[in-house]
Amino acid sequence: MKRRRLIQGAGALALVACVPARAADNALPSIPALSAFLAGRTPRFERIRLELPSIADNGFAVPMKLTVEGPFAPGPYVKTLRLFSETNPVPAMAAFEFPLPLERIEIESRIRLAGAQQVVAVAEMTDGRVYATAREVIVTLAGCMDGT
Amino acid sequence: MPDARINIPSKVARGEPFPVKLQIRHPMETGYRTDDVGKGIARNVIRTLTCRYNGEVVFAAQLSSGIAANPFLSFFVVARAPGEMIFEWIDDAGVKGSDRVDVNVA
Repeated sequence: MKRRRLIQGAGALALVACVPARAADNALPSIPALSAFLAGRTPRFERIRLELPSIADNGFAVPMKLTVEGPFAPGPYVKTLRLFSETNPVPAMAAFEFPLPLERIEIESRIRLAGAQQVVAVAEMTDGRVYATAREVIVTLAGCMDGT
Repeated sequence: MPDARINIPSKVARGEPFPVKLQIRHPMETGYRTDDVGKGIARNVIRTLTCRYNGEVVFAAQLSSGIAANPFLSFFVVARAPGEMIFEWIDDAGVKGSDRVDVNVA
């Protein structure tokens, strides 16, 4: 019995050792363009979801889906959604604007990624409140390489 | 092949959001590539895209070289009244493009 417990314990220990240390959910990578946009505001790490493959074979076109959970009425709506890249030469990847109140915020696109990095999505509400999330992507073929 | 393909449901319910899918034919040239003789290829990406629904802007996007070639976008718009949607975009070379689609509100 004692030996069995020992084996179980060793197994659990090995499992813990195998799980790589991951950045905390509420830590954003330092991107100057992102800090400039936030301008001192602290985002909340909720409601916004960024879907990206954890491993992208082709950095030239990585499928991306961005959703902000409603319902918004009668409170503030989503004004803009922004995407920031940690290592792309152009860190401010895209901004999507919603001039009218909209209950369903769901954007799909395909993005370029120059190597493994974290991608940050930020939603700014009409009352100035900010929600954010970050996703780590491993890119096999970087999307900025020259074809030659 | 036309410059853009737009897809919306053939019939949409009044007051409900409906999906808009859009793909524009454009190289989204990053400016980091070189041609066969080693000369840099100038950056040329679609900068802004605007979507008007019966004259009112309902969606706009600022894009960069971080968006894949032949940019695809899907988003939602609320079906307010029958009419048309007009999509307009402009790239770094100053070339403007546009397309339209009829909205059939049930």
